[in-house]
Amino acid sequence: MKWEVVIGLEIHAQLATKSKIFSGSSTAYGAEANTQANAVDLGLPGVLPVFNEEALRMAVKFGLAIDAEIGLKSVFDRKNYFYPDSPKGYQTTQLHHPIVGMGHIDIELEDGSSKRINVTRAHLEEDAGKSVHEGFHGMSGIDLNRAGTPLIEIVSEPEMRTAKEAAAYFRKMHSIVTYLGICDGDLSQGSMRCDCNVSLRPKGQEAFGTRTEIKNVNSFRNVERAIDAEIERQMDILEDGGKIVQETRLYDADKNETRAMRSKEVANDYRYFPCPDLLPVIIDDHYVEAVRATLPELPDAKRARFVHTHSLSPVDAAILAANRELAHYFETAAQIANDYKLAANWVQGDVSATLNRLEISISELAVSAEQLGRILQLIKDNTLNNGGAKEVFNALVEGKGDGSAESVDKLVDSLGLKQVSDSGAIEAIVAEVLAANPKLVEGYLATPEDKRAKAIGPFIGLVRKAAKGVNPQVVMDVLQKKLNELG
Amino acid sequence: MALDQQQVRDIADLSRLQIDEAQIAEYQKNLSNILDLVDQLSAVDTSAVEPMAHPLDAVQRLRADIVTEENHRDHFQQIAPQTENGYYLVPRVVE
Amino acid sequence: MHNKTIADISRDLAAGEYSSVEITEHLLTRIKQTDHHYNSFITVSEEQALAQAKAADARRAAGDADAWTGVPMAHKDIFCTNGVLTTCGSKMLSNFVAPYNATIVENFNNAGAVSLGKLNMDEFAMGSSNESSFYGAVKNPWDTDRVPGGSSGGSAAAVAAQLVPGATASDTGGSIRQPAAFCGLTGLKPTYGRVSRWGMIAYASSLDQAGSITRTAEDSAMMLNVMAGFDAKDSTCMERDVPDYTATLNDSIEGLTIGLPKEYFRSDLSADMQQQVRNAISEYEKMGARVKEISLPNTHLAIPAYYIIAPAECSANLSRMDGVRFGYRCENPQDINDLYKRSRGEGFGIEVKRRIMVGAYALSAGFYDAYYKKAQQVRRLIKNDFVNAFKEVDIIMGPTTPTPAFKRGEKTADPVDMYLEDIFTIALNLAGLPGMSISCGQVNNLPVGLQLIGNYFDEGRLLNAAHQFQQHTDWHLKTPDLKNLTGI
Repeated sequence: MKWEVVIGLEIHAQLATKSKIFSGSSTAYGAEANTQANAVDLGLPGVLPVFNEEALRMAVKFGLAIDAEIGLKSVFDRKNYFYPDSPKGYQTTQLHHPIVGMGHIDIELEDGSSKRINVTRAHLEEDAGKSVHEGFHGMSGIDLNRAGTPLIEIVSEPEMRTAKEAAAYFRKMHSIVTYLGICDGDLSQGSMRCDCNVSLRPKGQEAFGTRTEIKNVNSFRNVERAIDAEIERQMDILEDGGKIVQETRLYDADKNETRAMRSKEVANDYRYFPCPDLLPVIIDDHYVEAVRATLPELPDAKRARFVHTHSLSPVDAAILAANRELAHYFETAAQIANDYKLAANWVQGDVSATLNRLEISISELAVSAEQLGRILQLIKDNTLNNGGAKEVFNALVEGKGDGSAESVDKLVDSLGLKQVSDSGAIEAIVAEVLAANPKLVEGYLATPEDKRAKAIGPFIGLVRKAAKGVNPQVVMDVLQKKLNELG
Repeated sequence: MALDQQQVRDIADLSRLQIDEAQIAEYQKNLSNILDLVDQLSAVDTSAVEPMAHPLDAVQRLRADIVTEENHRDHFQQIAPQTENGYYLVPRVVE
Repeated sequence: MHNKTIADISRDLAAGEYSSVEITEHLLTRIKQTDHHYNSFITVSEEQALAQAKAADARRAAGDADAWTGVPMAHKDIFCTNGVLTTCGSKMLSNFVAPYNATIVENFNNAGAVSLGKLNMDEFAMGSSNESSFYGAVKNPWDTDRVPGGSSGGSAAAVAAQLVPGATASDTGGSIRQPAAFCGLTGLKPTYGRVSRWGMIAYASSLDQAGSITRTAEDSAMMLNVMAGFDAKDSTCMERDVPDYTATLNDSIEGLTIGLPKEYFRSDLSADMQQQVRNAISEYEKMGARVKEISLPNTHLAIPAYYIIAPAECSANLSRMDGVRFGYRCENPQDINDLYKRSRGEGFGIEVKRRIMVGAYALSAGFYDAYYKKAQQVRRLIKNDFVNAFKEVDIIMGPTTPTPAFKRGEKTADPVDMYLEDIFTIALNLAGLPGMSISCGQVNNLPVGLQLIGNYFDEGRLLNAAHQFQQHTDWHLKTPDLKNLTGI
């Protein structure tokens, strides 16, 4: 039988607020256990929540970025379940009145086409704490530092049909939330986690098959691999005439397989109801418009502008626009040099290669965008040749600069990379070289006319050896002129 | 509305309450009486009435995004049943 | 000394009649010698009280005293008190030394009041008789075979037994007004949102409100002056100015329009009770008030709506009592669910478990619309009854309870019998309105309460009306015969 895969994603993104969604505790990552959990986060008796205005603003920003309806009235509900990392015995979330309603994003497919994926909703909620199972002689340790960190849960329509599409959707959401500055996007710290709902149905059938949910997948690559593994598992069962059990599963990246979660065996009845400790959150159009005014240019718009205004290829534009910091770096350098194509070549060439080699992000690169811009300026006005530019760049990578554009000029001087284009100066050098190498000159003159272009090579090498940073084109012109005069 | 004994056990389980088997019948009777009492509401026509979650039609106040809390872990953990190295300890939970 | 009101003590301390340490020591001794008859205190915080009293006397000596400096009082054990056991009447919190103060506790501390300790209550404020406390039943000083009312029974009994001149209390369905009525006292439940709920252990968050039990309306005004006000830590606490509630006590009530809901004077209310309440209304007419019959047609729905909403909210509010971070934990839990189920099963009493289970059931899949949503809709109908009534009248009056204090054990067989006790008080909590109970007569030598219901944030008018009644009558001065019980 031919099967069609149906995938929907629920992405949890931690909002980059300083304090928690309902308390004044810090949200900073990596603190010692329970040192950032106050009475509210611990769910002590008698404590009460007060909503963080920045979490609201960030959620609205997200809604506007995906062209969604904004909930002018949103309501917090309690989702009841017992688990040690959920200190109150319920999670405060939004069920019936989420802050963000139906919206959509476009993902780019491998064939270069794009596909629209609708977003059902995105709601505000609080993160849970963490359980640690090692080092407590058979018990579990509970750390509630993360409890109460604001999250938006972004729920897609089940409109993805391949694991690749799902990964592209996750990447795009990552790109959007980091562009907006509402999430640091650090997958390794759990700042974004993805639950994947996967089901199969016979091709042509409208009704959905039974789905499973793979919980907490935390990398782009694993989203693709986990879904593919789950598709394979489900297909095997269905092909054998079996039935899929609706359940929650975990992805084991080492074994590249999914397995059912034991702790969620009992079907839960979450008994949602409006949280009586929090009042309805009411915002108006004025508020929404004020937030809209703070929206940065988003990846799609930036990509389009790179193509249409700056004549980059769609592929280059997509790569450069996908990451906010990289895009910013690129554009800063391009604007200084007044040459987007040259900057694009450099950012995708030497810059990317360096990032990969050192396994660092663009923000950690020792070469600032201003410095790269200055290097590109110097290439364009023929002060640097390509080799010299690379040498300066590499010197900067090694830390031989102070971040300023001026330090580029200093390096060019100290390394003696300044390209000599003055033909008078070059004529003098050429004259010296020819005078010092009479045998070579003889040999050249003995060479037939049609083979002389090749025979000029050794002279160029000698000239460049005698004087670094000479403009190769000028050297060639002068050499030809001088040699022809001799011959 | 009368509950049967299995429903009583299920609700107790959902609420994580250990109930002695010997007391189930009493719970069954009392809970059923309470549900009979509240079932009076079903006769009321509320089709045009907006549910009211809060007595005052007030809206949520917002808090500035400022870290106001310091670490009081030792103070809070003095009252905890079992802790180690700053963690709260529970019987091992497995995922 | 012990039969004095808060206002008396405040004046005496100012006049140097005695010191804060002296009256504090006197009351502490009296509690030690007589409270075993009433069981009104769970914790007596002698050391802290004496330290506060000394500090208050020092403050007075430095010329820095105001109305509350050095005045003794006590807190219902539902309010968190930093460093002091806070049990909420439950085994679950029998080891819970609160790590912070409730806002109103903080307010009284800042005002210079002296807290003598923590008062008994129905477990987690669930009850109308104070028989559900883990610390044992509280006895009514008017007749120790009878209940003091609940859930603030300890607050009422302690004031009636003259162990403290006033106490904080809380009211979710009548838990201040009914004990005040049963013990011949003045109880005030303010408007929802008038007083911060921070640090008051939640039973039903949208219904709970802190208030006071005192002997007089004047004392009640003094208590509210300290308690009321905005608190940034409570999202449901309203940002409104707090007037000086003592300033309007003596205003004339000439022309005040009193609404008498016909539903509150039903045929099954005993003739004796009716008579006491009607006599009180006549007093008001003598003072120049006008009386108007009104209707609150949805009164009969208040108890059913309440017994969905309150259990639903409590089922979630009490989930945090799980034996993980504080409170009671069972012995040798086998796994996490065993820890939850036995800690909660052993830590909670039967009435608390019943309400948690009713709430869980009402919220469970498939029942939400029929129960919870329906109750929220009926809640609006009940509120609308009051909104309409207050278009015609300034204040609403009626009985606080259907009967005077009943005997212990009389209503424990079927919880529904107990629930029906709150028929006149519960609607106010659903609507969020302020209410008072003042003593207005006796039936069989037991006090009868008159309930006064005000419009939103109209506590000033309620206190004014209550105070004027107490200026013209002496029911509030009647005290139980404590001689045969007390040592001093």
